[in-house]
Amino acid sequence: MTTTSIRNLNCGQSCVISTIRAEGELGRRIRDMGLVPGTVVTIYGRAPLKDPVALKVGGTIVTLRNSEADHIMVTSD
Amino acid sequence: MTNPIQSYTFALAGNPNAGKTTLFNHLTGARQHVGNYPGITVDRKEGYLNDNGRKITIVDLPGTYSLTAYSAEELVARDFLVNEKPEVVINIVDASNLERNLYLTTQFLELGVPLVIALNMVDVAKTRGITVQAEKLEEILGVPVVPIVARSGLGTRALLDAACRIAAEGNAWQPLDISYGDDLDATILRLVEVITTSRFLTARYPARFTAIKYLENDEQILDRGRDESPAIAAELEADVARVSQHLQKTLNVFPEAIIADHRYGYLKAVLRDGVITHAFDVDRLYTSDKIDKVVTNRLLGPLIMIGILLGLYQFTFSWSEIPVVWMESFFGWLGATVENLLAEGPLRSLLVSGIIDGVGGVLGFVPLILFMFFGIAVLEDSGYLARVAYMMDRVFRSFGLHGSSVMPFIVSGGIAGGCAVPGVMATRTLRSPKERMATLLTVPFMNCGAKLPVLALLIGAFFADHRALMMFLFTMLAWLVALCAAKFLRLTVLRGESTPFVMELPPYRFPTLRGLLIHTWERTWQYIKKAGTVILAISILLWAMMTYPGLPDAEQQNYTEQRQQVMAAYPETMDEQGGVEAKHQVDAVDERAALLAAIDREESAAALRHSAAGRIGLALESLSRLAGFDWRTNIALIGGFAAKEVIVSTLGTAYSMGDVDAEESASLSKRLQRSDDWNRVVAVAALVFIMFYAPCFVTVACIAKESSWRWAAFSMTFNTIFAFGLAVLVYQVGTILGLG
Repeated sequence: MTTTSIRNLNCGQSCVISTIRAEGELGRRIRDMGLVPGTVVTIYGRAPLKDPVALKVGGTIVTLRNSEADHIMVTSD
Repeated sequence: MTNPIQSYTFALAGNPNAGKTTLFNHLTGARQHVGNYPGITVDRKEGYLNDNGRKITIVDLPGTYSLTAYSAEELVARDFLVNEKPEVVINIVDASNLERNLYLTTQFLELGVPLVIALNMVDVAKTRGITVQAEKLEEILGVPVVPIVARSGLGTRALLDAACRIAAEGNAWQPLDISYGDDLDATILRLVEVITTSRFLTARYPARFTAIKYLENDEQILDRGRDESPAIAAELEADVARVSQHLQKTLNVFPEAIIADHRYGYLKAVLRDGVITHAFDVDRLYTSDKIDKVVTNRLLGPLIMIGILLGLYQFTFSWSEIPVVWMESFFGWLGATVENLLAEGPLRSLLVSGIIDGVGGVLGFVPLILFMFFGIAVLEDSGYLARVAYMMDRVFRSFGLHGSSVMPFIVSGGIAGGCAVPGVMATRTLRSPKERMATLLTVPFMNCGAKLPVLALLIGAFFADHRALMMFLFTMLAWLVALCAAKFLRLTVLRGESTPFVMELPPYRFPTLRGLLIHTWERTWQYIKKAGTVILAISILLWAMMTYPGLPDAEQQNYTEQRQQVMAAYPETMDEQGGVEAKHQVDAVDERAALLAAIDREESAAALRHSAAGRIGLALESLSRLAGFDWRTNIALIGGFAAKEVIVSTLGTAYSMGDVDAEESASLSKRLQRSDDWNRVVAVAALVFIMFYAPCFVTVACIAKESSWRWAAFSMTFNTIFAFGLAVLVYQVGTILGLG
């Protein structure tokens, strides 16, 4: 189990959100989408230019720019 | 005893992609009314239905993920609920993604609005192995939960019954209390006490709701609080700041994060109680995921996207050509009919050149817009548009735009030959305000179909050997300038952080024809209504400018005398005789017609020069010479403010070529080649100016309706100054280098 950022994970890899550093509008938006600590997310894919990243959260797919995803720390094995 | 007719207002709310629009269309059919919320571009959709003698108005609130003041949509939804207090809120939730969808529901419960939950897509959930016990959920949340399938209408009867039952009960709002942990609960109690004793904002919001919003640092509520009572607002804010600081020091989190965590915690507890059962593995690869594996693939994705966009283009601009031609011939026929019915004079000229041409110009776009909106509705409803935004975001972000900006750019002429009017209207799919404005203001730079004849004319006249290459270069130049202008705007007047991209990729779905038709029609109708009124006024104004003041009597007399001379030289009545004589006469008739036409052309050129527009053109010549434009070109460019199509025909009149058909301008092209006022450098300067100066009036009217008249005025001045600067640069540098 290591703590890392979403940038370092491969497609198809799953992880658990440990902390979210984002505040204000971005933080609110991230939480509204169901990205909160304890949630299991899977890397769904990356856009052709490697950015943004698509995450599978529950039954939905949420996309964020890499710079936005950097606020989310995750643990994965 | 007869009951008075009951009339209810229901609000329909839910996450984007939860099936809200489908349910709305199903419940209300075509009995819809689309308006705007004052000051913003969020559509306000209302639908009406008669249900067992009850008159029900359903207001379709914009799709939102929460009730915080994050976006215009959320503000609209929240304000509607607290200001208009609908009898019932129908909250549609996606059964296959319950937890995230219920996050919004908890906020309705905290606000206390009378609620009915429509548990949508139970069929999809079932295929994914998810079963939701509606009764159990109903029991825990304390509000009716009705399973439905919005696409087929299954369960909507029961939903309406439940909503009407709640409405008939007419209970007071009952806010739900969720625990936010020891720290925050204590604070909330303190805040609630202050709020209740001072009746602070209580006319609108429940006390606890206000307290929570203060902790969430909700801008709108904070502002309202300061307006209501600065003293109490300061007291509450100070308390919140203290708690916030304490939490950051001890736990390194903001109160709003704790609140969100607890809401999700509450939902997890609710759903754990046997509400949801998963029959099989949740991570199974669904159809949608399989499609995405191909469609957003690193290599295939962009190729497929180009294919689909070209297809949309083909569909919009080729297939709409037939009805566009119908419209054109109808207005052509109307113009000709009026011309025949009325005697020559100002009234006929006003009707034909001012009104019929102007209205025809607006309505001529309708088939194009209809097709384009249909194509976009297909891409939008199927879920593909979100993928385009996802794939293109990286590129567009570099220029301060958003992935969703790609569609407006393409439609406006990203591939030469689009139209900025539907392009401007397509910016509605953008939800980030700054990126949207930047897109709105730069799409008119693209080479729309109306600029093509001008490009063809000037390139044909001065770069005949490199037509295709020049065409391509000018298309690329349009992209470059539009994107750089966007970047410039985002660094100056539209300065600010980029809006978070955080967005949902909805599952792929087959669009329903009914949904497509409703979408297409309501957008097209808005265009007709909005553009029509403004354009009529402007086209009359422009007609007047190019017609008045008319030639003085002496000059008119002069032309009349010239005509009489020609007629005297070639008598009209000729005897029918055979042989050589007849041949000679045919030539004479031709010659006579040619001479008369030449006089007509001279006269209209002189009239144009004498008119207000002509005088402006002459007056501007000293300035426009900097870019190499003579007064004739100036008049044509003034005409281009109305519509770029006008440029070629006005140039024709100004150069005494008579009416020049925009599509067949070979003679005008030769005339320009011979003219001392034109050379290659002037041609490029003129092209650059025409490509980038003020958008046509239809576009300006649309920009105004999509933003404000101030932005529309900005667009006209900014673009014109910018284009002129660029044209001067081209002309001066080109002339110094001796390229002419």
